[in-house]
Amino acid sequence: MAAPEPATPAWRRDHVRTISLYVHNRPGVLVRVALVFARRGYNIESLVVSPAAEGHFSRMTITCSGDPATLEQIIKQLHKLVDVVHALDHTGDDAYETEIALVKVECGLHERSEVLQIAEHFGAKVTDYGENSLMLRVYGSSEKLDAIITLLRPCGLRELIRSGKILMVRGLQET
Amino acid sequence: MTVDKIPTGAEKLVQCLEREGVEHIFGLSGGAVIPIFDALVDSRIKLILVRHEQGATHMADGYARATGRPGVVLVTSGPGATNTVTGLLTALMDSSPLIVITGQTNTVNLGKDAFQEADVTGITYPVVKHSYLVKDARDIPRVMREAFYIANTGRPGPVLIDIPKDISSGPCDAPFVEEISLPGYQVPTHAPQERVEAAARLLRDAERPLLYVGQGAVISNAGKAVIELAERLRAPIVNTLLGKGAADETHPLHLGMMGMHGTAYANKAVVHCDLIFAIGARWDDRVTGKVDEFCMDAKKIHLDIDTAEFNKVLRPDISLQGDARLVLEDLLAVLEPGETTAWIERCAAWRRQYPLKYPKKGGLRAQHVLDRLHHVTEGKAVITADVGQHQMWAAQFLKTAANRHWITSGGAGTMGFGWPAAIGAKFARPDAEVWAVVGDGGFQMTMAELATAAVHGLSARCLIINNNYLGMVRQWQELFYDNRLSGVDLEGNPDFVKLANAYGIEAFRIRRAADIDRQLKAARSVKGPALVVAEVLKEDNVFPMIPAGAPVSHMIIDPPRHRLEKPSGST
Ligand SMILES: Cc1ncc(C[n+]2csc(CCOP(=O)(O)OP(=O)(O)O)c2C)c(N)n1
Ligand SMILES: [Mg+2]
Repeated sequence: MAAPEPATPAWRRDHVRTISLYVHNRPGVLVRVALVFARRGYNIESLVVSPAAEGHFSRMTITCSGDPATLEQIIKQLHKLVDVVHALDHTGDDAYETEIALVKVECGLHERSEVLQIAEHFGAKVTDYGENSLMLRVYGSSEKLDAIITLLRPCGLRELIRSGKILMVRGLQET
Repeated sequence: MTVDKIPTGAEKLVQCLEREGVEHIFGLSGGAVIPIFDALVDSRIKLILVRHEQGATHMADGYARATGRPGVVLVTSGPGATNTVTGLLTALMDSSPLIVITGQTNTVNLGKDAFQEADVTGITYPVVKHSYLVKDARDIPRVMREAFYIANTGRPGPVLIDIPKDISSGPCDAPFVEEISLPGYQVPTHAPQERVEAAARLLRDAERPLLYVGQGAVISNAGKAVIELAERLRAPIVNTLLGKGAADETHPLHLGMMGMHGTAYANKAVVHCDLIFAIGARWDDRVTGKVDEFCMDAKKIHLDIDTAEFNKVLRPDISLQGDARLVLEDLLAVLEPGETTAWIERCAAWRRQYPLKYPKKGGLRAQHVLDRLHHVTEGKAVITADVGQHQMWAAQFLKTAANRHWITSGGAGTMGFGWPAAIGAKFARPDAEVWAVVGDGGFQMTMAELATAAVHGLSARCLIINNNYLGMVRQWQELFYDNRLSGVDLEGNPDFVKLANAYGIEAFRIRRAADIDRQLKAARSVKGPALVVAEVLKEDNVFPMIPAGAPVSHMIIDPPRHRLEKPSGST
């Protein structure tokens, strides 16, 4: 049997950075942002885009991994894009972070007590109660999501969708 | 009462170009841009019809570099647009302001593989400073205003505008736009005062300071400030390939070009300085050689308008973000001179000890021709250079005394740039003497533009350094690959004199040293374009040379007797 995967893989703990972008909503801005990463061989782990409070602007939260010197260059190149108002690395900042996951577990009526126990422990809500499956919704830090997913894997995990991390800096400092 | 008719998108676009002060457009038509070409019929803007869209981009680029004003290109959709990609890269790499307008299929057909449709904004994202796909005619005035502003402020660059045919043919009743709202775009000007003062202290304390001047100084017209700084500090100046002429290369404190094929004395100064001050230059690998060993013990100050250049190649002790001229002027206001007499004398001694040289006997040499071109034109011509050995020799021997008198593709190293760039420069500055210095290889990539010069009776000069080889590559194969020549012999070259004559262009041939001055002078006196072919030694090499990826201290001044290591760490 293969050794169990650790809840949070080492690359995520050591090298994952979280960047937030505030962008002018103009056509092509997402492609331009993605190309800054792609050209430098940087991995985007997750990317969340949504409208900002002010019209014509959007927020992007990007988690990515790679070496720190390249990241400095990437942030500056992002900033240089005409439609990017700001690009900030929030790794290690005092920020509230969260992520949502939907998890589908294949389990019959008599096999689900363990799944429900895990769900309860993590504060996950059962969003679909099927004959042969359960759907759970769980939110919290990315590490917490890693942990519940690791536990659910042996219980018949069938599908997993994660929203990607979103983040907001605490206090009045800008995200 | 007459009712003003609503202009078409194309008419509005042309009016916007006129308002931006555009006098020339370089272009080639096609189905998707006919409405814009049509609108140009009634405009005072002069349309220069090219023979290939790549030529149009280099002409516009030469125009831009000769003047500091954006060059404008107009081409059709699909292949017309894709033919501009090399020109966009060339302009982006050297921070040159271009406006490239491409026709596009009707908006309803976008994405349907309609005739001559290409995803042009998609293809060009990595090679533009910014781009637009106009899907509403009312956006035309805003887009045009923004495009010109973005292209020629901050760190300049190419901006592409893709216009579907229904947008250019349909009505556009939007008013002209003056105000620009680009919340994500700031143009830096001055650097923080405390940083400027810190830089002044480092400069004062340096015993062997060196000013390293690049394209940013050309763009911001910082030459006067650079010279004043050099004189006040008593510091020598070196420049990059693109920085030539930003500060007068004939000034006694100027050591000429540094880097891979720079002068030996410039590179000696780089190796021995204790402070290097980059002024609008970006530590390119053709300049630094092996970065880890570049000026290891010297303090570094980096002045650039683009923060992304700081810490990209190396970490400076002080970075100054801003416009080169403005920041230097702030610096001069607080600068105290240091003591550098011994250093200046050392540089002068290197200059005497390692002059640029070439044998004047034993066959015609490119260096000799270029040296004479410099004298015949009294060092006053605008020179455009193509890419290869001739480019490096031109950079060495044609000392550039004034800003915007030296135009070449540095960052991209685009063969085929030189001749169309000269055409663009001559349109921009009809009173200037303009010479293209090109190789037999690169010239053939854009030589169709002989027709463009001929049609307009344009008095641009083209000097072909004909060694019947892709000479620069042959040099590398000789030095690093045991002289195993592969794909460098240009057998089948045409007779360039006859070729020019076929276009109705007067042409002259230089076979031996005794012909040089006579033929150059003859070409100078032609009304209309003239071409000179110098049939030079086939197998000459450019020296000094720092092998790619080697430290600057490994510079080879004279031809080596044994085989060199293959370059590593750089291409
Ligand atoms: C478009 C393009 N293709 C290939 C190259 C690679 N290259 C650099 S210099 C050179 C040789 C140029 O030959 P030529 O124009 O005859 O000039 P020479 O070196 O002989 O003076 C080549 C092929 C390039 N720089 N640009
Ligand atoms: Mg050649």
